[in-house]
Amino acid sequence: MNVQISYKEGVMTAKLSGEIDHHSAREMREAIDDTAQKLKPYCLRLDFTNVPFMDSSGVGLILGRVRMCGFWRGRVVLCGLSQNLNKMVELSGIASVAAIERRAS
Amino acid sequence: MKPVNQTQISFSSNSVNEGYARAAVAAFLAQLDPTVADLSDIRTAVSEAVTNAIVHGYKDKLGTVYISVKIFEDGRAQVRVRDKGCGIPDVKQAMEPLFTTGGEERAGLGFAVMQSFCDSVRVSSTVGRGTSVTLTKHFTPRC
Repeated sequence: MNVQISYKEGVMTAKLSGEIDHHSAREMREAIDDTAQKLKPYCLRLDFTNVPFMDSSGVGLILGRVRMCGFWRGRVVLCGLSQNLNKMVELSGIASVAAIERRAS
Repeated sequence: MKPVNQTQISFSSNSVNEGYARAAVAAFLAQLDPTVADLSDIRTAVSEAVTNAIVHGYKDKLGTVYISVKIFEDGRAQVRVRDKGCGIPDVKQAMEPLFTTGGEERAGLGFAVMQSFCDSVRVSSTVGRGTSVTLTKHFTPRC
């Protein structure tokens, strides 16, 4: 499975693996939403550490989850973004709706 | 200018082929000895163009997506992604950032990404005949 989910004290973490494109995003979205809609976490962490590639479908995936969590006033945090992914995130302006956790350097 | 090398691929508009398409283009362009960042940029742009062909061009049917890649002497690469799908009625509007007909899960950033990850993007489209997107990017050799 390309999404690994864990949950602790209101924080749900979805660890994504593999390339994110229009094809793979659908399966990831379904896996995340299935659990998130039951748990209604106040914080949904999307972990991109094991994502080597993402096109704008990844941006759609993030925006959709921000919208969903908004229904129960939850927020979305992105972490583990590589340089390549970061370029996409910056271009999309997603930082205005989701928090970005930077790796300690 | 005549290309020094070129290739063509075509494949069914199944979304599972999006990964194949960008990997094939990147493999061909490896001969330019590109930087990791440049290669990642062109992979992303190709992924956007191919996704458009599959999601919008062949919206309700299965068709064939055609890609041609040309390499020129000056280190320039040209990737043309073509479909024989429904075409775009208003190309200018389609290229506006955030414009999408793809529903809530689509960001509407495809053309904006292509434009910022490539040197130039040319689109020609005829309703009912199909769309052709030409991406050009200059690859600076690694030092």
